Amino acid sequence: MTGADVRPGGRLLRGAHRTLSGLHPALESVLAAVLGLLVGAVLMYIWGYEPWHAYWALLKGAFGGSYEIASSIARGVPLILTALTFSICVRAGMFNIGAEGQMYVGAAAAVTVAYFKLPAGLHLLVGIALAGIAGALWSLGPALLKLTRGVSEVISTIMFNWMSRFLVFYLVAQVLVDPRRAEKTVSVPRTARFPILVAGTDLSYSVFLAVAFALLVYFLLWHTATGYEMRAAGLNPTAARYGGISIKRTILLSFVLGGIGAGLAGAATTMGLPPTYAIISGLPELMNLGFDGMAVAMVGRNHPIGILVAALFFGGLNAGGRVMQFYGANPVPLEMIRVVMGAIVLAMAIPELIRIFPALAAAGRGLVGSFTRAKKETA
Amino acid sequence: MNWASILDLLRISLHAMVPITLTAVGEIIGETAGLFNIGLEGILLTSAFVGVLGAKAGGAIVGLLAGVAVGLALGLVFSVICTYWKGTQMIAGIGINLFALGFVAFGLIKLGAPGFHAVPPEAQLLKLRTPMGALSPLIFVALVVPFLAHLFLNRTRAGLILKAAGENPEAADVAGINVNLIRLLATTVGGALAGLAGAYMSVAWFGSVTKELSAGRGFIALATVVFSGLNPLLGLVGGFIFGFFQSLATWIKTLPTKTIPWQFVDMLPYIVTLLVVSGVVGRVRFPKALGVPYKRE
Repeated sequence: MTGADVRPGGRLLRGAHRTLSGLHPALESVLAAVLGLLVGAVLMYIWGYEPWHAYWALLKGAFGGSYEIASSIARGVPLILTALTFSICVRAGMFNIGAEGQMYVGAAAAVTVAYFKLPAGLHLLVGIALAGIAGALWSLGPALLKLTRGVSEVISTIMFNWMSRFLVFYLVAQVLVDPRRAEKTVSVPRTARFPILVAGTDLSYSVFLAVAFALLVYFLLWHTATGYEMRAAGLNPTAARYGGISIKRTILLSFVLGGIGAGLAGAATTMGLPPTYAIISGLPELMNLGFDGMAVAMVGRNHPIGILVAALFFGGLNAGGRVMQFYGANPVPLEMIRVVMGAIVLAMAIPELIRIFPALAAAGRGLVGSFTRAKKETA
Repeated sequence: MNWASILDLLRISLHAMVPITLTAVGEIIGETAGLFNIGLEGILLTSAFVGVLGAKAGGAIVGLLAGVAVGLALGLVFSVICTYWKGTQMIAGIGINLFALGFVAFGLIKLGAPGFHAVPPEAQLLKLRTPMGALSPLIFVALVVPFLAHLFLNRTRAGLILKAAGENPEAADVAGINVNLIRLLATTVGGALAGLAGAYMSVAWFGSVTKELSAGRGFIALATVVFSGLNPLLGLVGGFIFGFFQSLATWIKTLPTKTIPWQFVDMLPYIVTLLVVSGVVGRVRFPKALGVPYKRE
């Protein structure tokens, strides 16, 4: 884009240009989100709803006040963790779509803390550890199948999701069941719960767990040799192998690390989500959080910091959607949100999304160009 | 353990074979041309739902056609993104799956039946009376389609062009073949077959649609494709194997003697899928350009 810049002040302008170019991916995420919402609006209109009323209710329900914002963050917490599961593996060149199942077993493991007594704090830590370990162990299956037999992780992780679903159904119904209330498991005792952060909302200290894990992943992937190897393996496995990087090791690491993230998402939804602090039969509180995390990961550009922002957006969609489904004479069902998510992901699949809209692309180039006075590309 | 019960198992297996076989053969056609579509699960689910709407409006045949149309449309969305717009195939597939989850859940609520919607008996596809019991006519379609696909891929010029587009798109391009168009057509046909499979499940087999109707069949079809090594006839064999194990799980649950908890019986098809795929991987060969968008240098 820019040639050799020898004008005075060139460095400053180059810096500005770099910043603006760096915004480009973020702009595409925003554009994808807008497109997704538009598709949702069109569908609502076809089904006989009033899209603008619905979106207004959604916006107010998501960010209309401190209570709403706290709820949006609370809904975003498990999404941060499942999004990281997906992203860590994408960075290492894998498509791990098994966060869903890894999260279920994590949640089931977290519930087992109800069966022993420990001092507060330590009890919580033990629960977190159990959930993380369970998620990691469940992710080992697809990882080992990939390493030993070359089975595509796309197929194996989905099979493991279904197996996990039935396993946890069994555990909820037969093993961890609450003797007084058969429709749920035993509840996590007070000593092992994440304390509530904002009184009267669902937001608990689990948000710090999610943010800490995101920062940990960021540090690991971008500031350690191991992380460099993982990313190298993802960018070009052949070159990485040539450079002496063990692809087997990076595959195993990314799956295990991802599994820990998904397991923690299970812990956050059982130990950090009022009022039941248990798994309810049929897994309503857990269902689809693993899949929604993939949408968060893509909009967050598979970067931990981007994921934090994207999770707030999707958490807001979720929390606002809950308000939207009771709003007005003809309320829009909550499921609309997932339609929007799917449309957003479809838009995110397109590289250089902006280029499909020549006018936008031109405006973007003009903006960058006006700062740098670089020679305009003739696209 | 009597003959009637064994025959029953075989009959359910034949029915369970249909969606997996049709979807797998469609995907074999798509993958031969070089596109890998993991959105099959979403296509199955959406077309099952729309098939029900079509059947209620105009009878079983309309329902099946509606399913085909939806599958075709979603296949088209997927292939436009992945050919002309150079999209990432995995992500586009995931997008279709997410979209389907929301769309079907939303539609079910809209119909006033959260999670479940039945097709009235008069709108279901009639089953044929045979010595084996009632069989859906689509079983015969599923038995014929793989042979037609096999002939098409191996005995026609068009099939050869398809293989070229998947194997060496640059050479195909030089030879004057419109690679993107070929891939688009192949994937759209694949989507249409998955659409037929989805509509079959709701209109001609279960007689209802739920959020979990597809139950991983889209991915089991992908596993079948791996098992088949892109040979439609082996796709039929794989479809029957996986259909059999799905039916076996259903069948075990109806036995009077209770053996192991039903949740573990339900895991059976997925475990078998893993075993089969891990058994065959390594000896199958896929097109060189599979999963890679074609860009002219």
